[in-house]
Amino acid sequence: MLNTLKNRFEQGYKTSGYPKTSIELVDRYRGLPEIQKDAPDELARQCASECPQDAIDAEKKIIDMGRCVFCGGCERLSNGKFVRFTRNFETATSMRDHLLTDGRLPALAEHSKKHFKKLFGRSLQLRQVSAAGCNACEADLNVLATPFFDLARFGINFVASPRHADGIVVTGPISRNMKTALMDTFEAIPDPKVVVAVGSCAISGGPFRGSPEITEGLDSLIPVDLYIPGCPSHPLTNLHALLNYFK
Amino acid sequence: MKTGFLKVSNGCAVLRSDIPQLPFEDFRREALKIVKEGGKVVQYFGYQEDNTIKLLAVLRTDELLIAGTDAPDSYPSFTTECEPFHLFEREIAEQFGIRPEGHPWLKMVRYHPNSTGKPDVFGNDYQEDIPGRYDYYKVDGEEVHEVAVGPVHAGIIEPGHFRFNCIGERVFHLEIQLGYQHRGIENLLTNIQNKRLPIVIESIAGDTTVANASSMAQAVEALTQVRTDEGSKIIRTIALELERIANHTGDLGALSGDVAFLPPANYFGRMRGDFLNMTLLICGNRLGKGVVRPGGVRFAIDAEMRKELMRRINELEPQMQHVIDLLFATPSVRSRFEGCGTVSTYDAEKLGLVGPAGRACGIQFDARREFPTEYYQHIDIPVYAEPTCDVYARARVRADEALRSIQIIKTLLEKEIKTEPVDFGNYELAPASFVVTVNEAWRGELSHCILTDEKGGIARYKVKDPSFHNWNGLAMSLRDTGISDFPLNNKSFNLSYCGFDL
Repeated sequence: MLNTLKNRFEQGYKTSGYPKTSIELVDRYRGLPEIQKDAPDELARQCASECPQDAIDAEKKIIDMGRCVFCGGCERLSNGKFVRFTRNFETATSMRDHLLTDGRLPALAEHSKKHFKKLFGRSLQLRQVSAAGCNACEADLNVLATPFFDLARFGINFVASPRHADGIVVTGPISRNMKTALMDTFEAIPDPKVVVAVGSCAISGGPFRGSPEITEGLDSLIPVDLYIPGCPSHPLTNLHALLNYFK
Repeated sequence: MKTGFLKVSNGCAVLRSDIPQLPFEDFRREALKIVKEGGKVVQYFGYQEDNTIKLLAVLRTDELLIAGTDAPDSYPSFTTECEPFHLFEREIAEQFGIRPEGHPWLKMVRYHPNSTGKPDVFGNDYQEDIPGRYDYYKVDGEEVHEVAVGPVHAGIIEPGHFRFNCIGERVFHLEIQLGYQHRGIENLLTNIQNKRLPIVIESIAGDTTVANASSMAQAVEALTQVRTDEGSKIIRTIALELERIANHTGDLGALSGDVAFLPPANYFGRMRGDFLNMTLLICGNRLGKGVVRPGGVRFAIDAEMRKELMRRINELEPQMQHVIDLLFATPSVRSRFEGCGTVSTYDAEKLGLVGPAGRACGIQFDARREFPTEYYQHIDIPVYAEPTCDVYARARVRADEALRSIQIIKTLLEKEIKTEPVDFGNYELAPASFVVTVNEAWRGELSHCILTDEKGGIARYKVKDPSFHNWNGLAMSLRDTGISDFPLNNKSFNLSYCGFDL
């Protein structure tokens, strides 16, 4: 008992003040990308051709955050003169098109469906389905239950059954072998229900695009309400998205 | 022992023409002999060459041995004589339609059609998209009942199907059917541009990012004759050890949660985040995506960052030690951990268990010690001393390893780390060559193989996650164990679904 208490004191109080207080992530963290629109066309084309995810449109000078894995290659190649990754982790959007960005995102809270806020603002129960996810997005959703993030204090929980859920959170590129199980889980959730796509894989197929075994985008199967980009998305990105979209 | 197998070094390329091509009978006899005399199967896979299918085995004694052969349409199964080939033979049957006659349990591995157009060995119709639609092993009896779990599980976990045959609470047998996570990675890797290679590799298993990326980078470096500098070796080692600590710490917390002792569950969960944040500090990604690239690392660690990492790890070290002490000193934890889910050393040998799960059963192999890559030849890796074969041992070995890894990182952070960061891989692989790499990922022996074609393209990329060996260990641990102890045993192994399914 004494040992338990000693540990309790040593551990202290660790829960983050976010969103009431802001959090600064480390310098090397790559969040919302900003495009320098006046960058030379040649540089843009070079970045586009070197991008492992082919996420850059050199003509329109935009980057598709739904495809990007935030490796930062374009920033290094252009020395920040075409793309610069900011430390802003608030990158989720309510529309797929909004992820095609030059660095300016519409405020998420204003684009969420108002009836969702009314229905789920005080209590939101989510069912998570990993559909061929690599366990990175899953891990960074799981940590929302740890003391630092403590998602439950906002009335949001991940639940064990779709029957108890208000919505589904999907990770992974939806393999052929998981499609039926995913759709069954979706069907089992009572209406009205929300759909959240987390990570580059669920949004666009991510690193696995081109493989015949996967689906390139959850929204080709079911309508998606909230897109959270990343590879994986930072837990704070997830937290920001859930709080702004539903609270 | 004189055999037709060729000795190769970990992460050193050989010409494909130098790989001994044995007549199938000789190949079979010699491979069986090596493994029966204590050798291990590191890799055993098929590939296509000019419309013929070939087999290649990488075996391990105290060295790595390779040989190949032409694959017959069917052959007498190796498994009937030597169990560790069991899953490899099933995989070859699934990928190439080659039947191992007499295989004791020939069933699909990942549920996908073979690449050769031959009739499916398992008689599956792949228009149906449910890997679980198959006759599970059945135990008959009036009071016997089945419990089916998955593919979608209750928590935030990857998918897989578990079928328990029980009498009351007691499990007779657990059958595990995976394949739901199959993304076609091995085929994808032969069809993509170089620039995508690291990105796909880093997503084989997100919790094993650094180990997979290092295994790939070592293979590519061997095929390009690129030498990495010492600093990048140190940084890869630090990143790999941080990955190990973070995963072990998270699982110790989960184990604590599964026996309803919540303080360590929360403390470990929080500390895991602090270790992930150290990786974030180094490379901007909590799971280490983007650290390793062929030729080196993408991020240097300067004096200031070394100081910060050292400060953080010094702060975490006593906390880790104290929470580990709390966990293992608590009688209610010990009573649940001890004697639960025992896998005998004999069974573990037969199943070919690797990594902490193997060490918990007394199989001491650790690739960091036996086949050191990166900076490991300068690091002392101790032998695990308490192989009691149960949940306790699997938890204890991981606690010990996490603490050891903290020491390793502290030692590596003491000196200046000089490296020249690398970026895009504009490289050409040596044509008609072969390389195998072996690394100790946090779950155990991880191995990548690359075979290149005449033009230097990747003709075959083979990945073997340690979970490929260990899933059957989990099934074995459940024999004669209460079904309510499944979560506990599952967490003590914490195997990869996506690393297995590829």
